[in-house]
Amino acid sequence: MATVELLFSALPEHVRTARLVAAAVARRAGVDEAVLDEVRLAVGEACSRAVGLHITHEVATPVRVTLIEEEKKFSIEVGDDAPRPAPLDLASANGSERPAPGHEDPGADSEDDMGLAVISGLVDDVEVTADERGGLIRMSWPIAPATVAS
Amino acid sequence: MDLSLSTETVGDRTVVRVGGEIDVYTAPKLREQLVELVNDGSYHLVVDMEGVDFLDSTGLGVLVGGLKRVRAHEGSLRLVCNQERILKIFRITGLTKVFPIHTSVEDAVQATD
Repeated sequence: MATVELLFSALPEHVRTARLVAAAVARRAGVDEAVLDEVRLAVGEACSRAVGLHITHEVATPVRVTLIEEEKKFSIEVGDDAPRPAPLDLASANGSERPAPGHEDPGADSEDDMGLAVISGLVDDVEVTADERGGLIRMSWPIAPATVAS
Repeated sequence: MDLSLSTETVGDRTVVRVGGEIDVYTAPKLREQLVELVNDGSYHLVVDMEGVDFLDSTGLGVLVGGLKRVRAHEGSLRLVCNQERILKIFRITGLTKVFPIHTSVEDAVQATD
């Protein structure tokens, strides 16, 4: 199981770097060219969300991106160290759950919801979880069968 | 690639040509441009996205914000986009029902409904 790990300070200008690295590793792993745009967009959304959470909660640690090449699939994990309770349930992305009243920044929440909505619309295999450290978005794509080199 | 912005007045419309990547880093520049135009009295905007290589939800949020601002003045915000990968993001989020999306700037400038 080959992995590439990327840590970056929670700054918006680094999200593009994460997109480029993720797309490059996905291409090398054998993810279909037609899907690479989706990989780029999904990882960008997950990283933007993590950066936003770190900035909002003044978390000094970096955002973590892990790119995992397995036999039949390619997975990306984006982890943040932001304290809960940020709305992490994908159900909140389609508006069925709203953040608690009195939340400090409703504008940030709506963008956060839109990011999750885009991820859930793009990626079939996506899991959003949280642990004592923070939140984790895990996304997977199938790897195209290897073609015989000519 | 960074974000490039230029504006041009065509009749009563203001065409904003956007190039490059609209993401969490560059979207504030587009927001500033749209806010400035509305503050200066340009209420009928055409955002030409043919030169956009990448658009994420932050960019969508800025466009929705722009739409809200021009609508407050009974204005309009039309998009020009033929790129499938960009159009897909509007479809996923249901925003194709919110924005009039045209295939050319000429078409968008002449549109009235």
